[in-house]
Amino acid sequence: MGQDMIELKGVTKQFPGVLANDAIDLSIEEGEIHAIVGENGAGKSTLMKILYGLQQPDKGEIFFRGKAVKISNPSVAINMGIGMVHQHFMLLPSFTVAENIVLGIEPRKRSIFMDYKKAVEITQDLVRTYGLKVEPQLKVRDVSVGIQQRIEILKALHKGADILILDEPTAVLTPQETEELFVVIRKLVKELNKTVIIITHKLQEVMALSHRVSVMRQGKLIGTLETKDASEQIIAEMMVGREVLLEPLEKTTVEGKTILEVNHLKSRDNRGLLALRGVNLHVKEGEILGIAGVEGNGQSELVEALTGLREIESGEVMVFSKNLAGKSPREIRESGIAHVPEDRLITGLSKDATITENMMMGLHDQEPYAKKGIHTNKQTIRQRVETLIKKFDVRTPSQDVLVENLSGGNMQKIVIAREFAFDTPILIISQPTRGVDIGAIEFIHQQIVEKRNEGCAILLISAELDELFRLSDRIITVYEGELTGTFNNGEISKKEIGLYMTGKRKLSKEGGA
Amino acid sequence: MLGQVFNLSLLQNTIRTATPLILAGLGGLLTMHAGMLNIGMEGMILLGAFFGVVGSYFFASSFMGVVLAVVVGIIIGVIYGFFVIELKSDEFIIGIAINIFAGGLTIFLLRSIFGVKGAFSSPGIVSLPRISIPLLDQIPVLNTIFNNHSVFVYISWVLVVLTYIFLYKTPYGMWIRAAGEYPEALETVGVRAKRMKYISSIACGVFCGFAGAHLSLGYLTLFTENMSANRGFIALAAIIFGASNPIKTFAAALLFGFFDALGIRLQVVGIPSQFTQMIPYLMTVVILFIVAKKHMMQKKKVQKEEGAIQ
Ligand SMILES: Nc1ncnc2c1ncn2[C@@H]1O[C@H](COP(=O)(O)OP(=O)(O)O)[C@@H](O)[C@H]1O
Ligand SMILES: [Mg+2]
Repeated sequence: MGQDMIELKGVTKQFPGVLANDAIDLSIEEGEIHAIVGENGAGKSTLMKILYGLQQPDKGEIFFRGKAVKISNPSVAINMGIGMVHQHFMLLPSFTVAENIVLGIEPRKRSIFMDYKKAVEITQDLVRTYGLKVEPQLKVRDVSVGIQQRIEILKALHKGADILILDEPTAVLTPQETEELFVVIRKLVKELNKTVIIITHKLQEVMALSHRVSVMRQGKLIGTLETKDASEQIIAEMMVGREVLLEPLEKTTVEGKTILEVNHLKSRDNRGLLALRGVNLHVKEGEILGIAGVEGNGQSELVEALTGLREIESGEVMVFSKNLAGKSPREIRESGIAHVPEDRLITGLSKDATITENMMMGLHDQEPYAKKGIHTNKQTIRQRVETLIKKFDVRTPSQDVLVENLSGGNMQKIVIAREFAFDTPILIISQPTRGVDIGAIEFIHQQIVEKRNEGCAILLISAELDELFRLSDRIITVYEGELTGTFNNGEISKKEIGLYMTGKRKLSKEGGA
Repeated sequence: MLGQVFNLSLLQNTIRTATPLILAGLGGLLTMHAGMLNIGMEGMILLGAFFGVVGSYFFASSFMGVVLAVVVGIIIGVIYGFFVIELKSDEFIIGIAINIFAGGLTIFLLRSIFGVKGAFSSPGIVSLPRISIPLLDQIPVLNTIFNNHSVFVYISWVLVVLTYIFLYKTPYGMWIRAAGEYPEALETVGVRAKRMKYISSIACGVFCGFAGAHLSLGYLTLFTENMSANRGFIALAAIIFGASNPIKTFAAALLFGFFDALGIRLQVVGIPSQFTQMIPYLMTVVILFIVAKKHMMQKKKVQKEEGAIQ
């Protein structure tokens, strides 16, 4: 590790209603892996965008190798040797991998023509040098998320990056891909003398990878630690500003009669393939039934079929002994099922609408918020939204903020607030904490258990096994559209359940999930 | 009677009437690639036609007519860009505003400059040169169809090729397409997406200026109110039909030009003009319908094939 490469002094950035960065002092040393952690909305991405010239600070100075610099746009940063892999990839889906990698500094023939052959060669050279495999000729839209990330890294390296900023690179990766990425990062630093700044939520990753870690909270830099002197517990406390973490959730037993029963449910996916091959399950009052499965094994289709968003081919969805199969989403909601969808940005919220509008969806035409379904009553609406914002701890300057300006955790709280406030006897919750920070995860978990304790029947779908084990009373496993097992929580280990999730083992006591 | 309709001059007319569609189509597909659906082409063509006449008449030079049409095209391109790119206004509304503005302005200026209503023609308007290709006049059929056209006919063909090369073979074309697909991605590699959008919008103004000048100075030398006659919209249909590809858009423009020419031929044999004038528009609707239908069929087919694998 060497001397300071980058030094930020008093960097401040104000957005309307939010102080995203508050007098940040941070130094990055040459040849280190520097992790930056913090809850959603803490200001990490903003700080990195300032470093990359995509945002201009209101105050503060940036020093690069001891000299004061002004990074007025990304070209300046690129010339200084800074490369960034954004949280949302900056790739052109309809362009090839090679084109994406050379974009901005294309190799040319006779000074005005694009040299495609050279672009492919450049890509192949990069692949050899850095050991990140990509196919130069494929369209980006045809490659997986993991590969897209490699393309982004290669793109930055090709632009001559000595300092690589990775903004939440592991959020979209499977555990295997994450491990591969870490191997690459270590190699870049050890063998090729690069410096890496990595943003993440996951504290194990910080411990496993970084030399130093800086913690941000609500726009402030709380501190920088040598990773070897830190522990997950200490970092987590710095992140949320109070002692936290996974105290057991208090479950009061209220298990009652079965109110949701699904029989022989069949449904097809978007391509017309059978995604659910006769699913049976039931959920009781005051019970959380968790569904474990590798993504793409029918979970999404199951949720959509149950909520009326997907056509049901055959089978029954019995709620209080009434069959809801084939009913519209609206009828299903009115029969007592609320739904937290897996993708808050697509189905959960309207990004371009305000918090108020999003919170009122589904109630916007109901008494007392609207008279005769037309005239809206602003007063009662504002009151309701205000109460929900408080109860669900949504951090926002006002209820008229557009949802797109909120952090992921706060967006998710809005969806949860709206759906939970319907007070339905049944809740279907999909990926409740995806891309959400620790503080918000803890809060959301508590809310879910509280609902259960009130007697709600909850169907929980999550890609995080930890979450399923923490919340569920019972867990069922799905594989290729079929149930492969059903267990009371505590009956099975995480390791063992993996065998059921991958279809390597099946419990054949059918009918009783 | 059929012989009077389907003859060589039908093809010759096709080439003539397709030219403004080709030119405007090329301009519009550039903005389309840069992520802007420009429906202001109609007004841009109309302004080009008018100022082409103004330039040609006052400078007694068709070249100056083209220059003036292009200058006005650039100005409108910048205005369109300023509203859509800078102020992020709705591109439809700005497009419609340009069309209405162009319609009103040309009528107004027609009166205040030339003191006439409806149309202005004068021997003082110099028409664009016609090009006769040296060896082509030896070949009878091809000569009739392809030779002795107004200069923009040939320019438009060259521009089709150049636009194609620009878009797909140069980094700048790649940037234009990137600016339309994902402007932030372009920004992060240090290329200004806004600049690319402006370039496309100005290029569209220039191309529509050419189209207008061709209309008013190409074969006829006159300006009439609304002489663009929805060619801007038909050009848009050609872009959609041609999937924004210059070569395919060119082919689509020829097809629409053919129906336009067909309308004219049918009029010659005595079919009421109320019907014949409908033809190009009717065919536009029919063709767009076919395009949409084909899309749907393809989707279904893919679904079926994937279903069959299972
Ligand atoms: N372009 C923007 N306009 C307004 N507010 C923004 C913008 N970008 C980020 N913010 C706000 O600034 C805060 C910090 O955001 P961000 O830096 O993305 O946090 P993090 O990456 O730590 O999750 C958040 O409250 C966010 O809503
Ligand atoms: Mg972020």
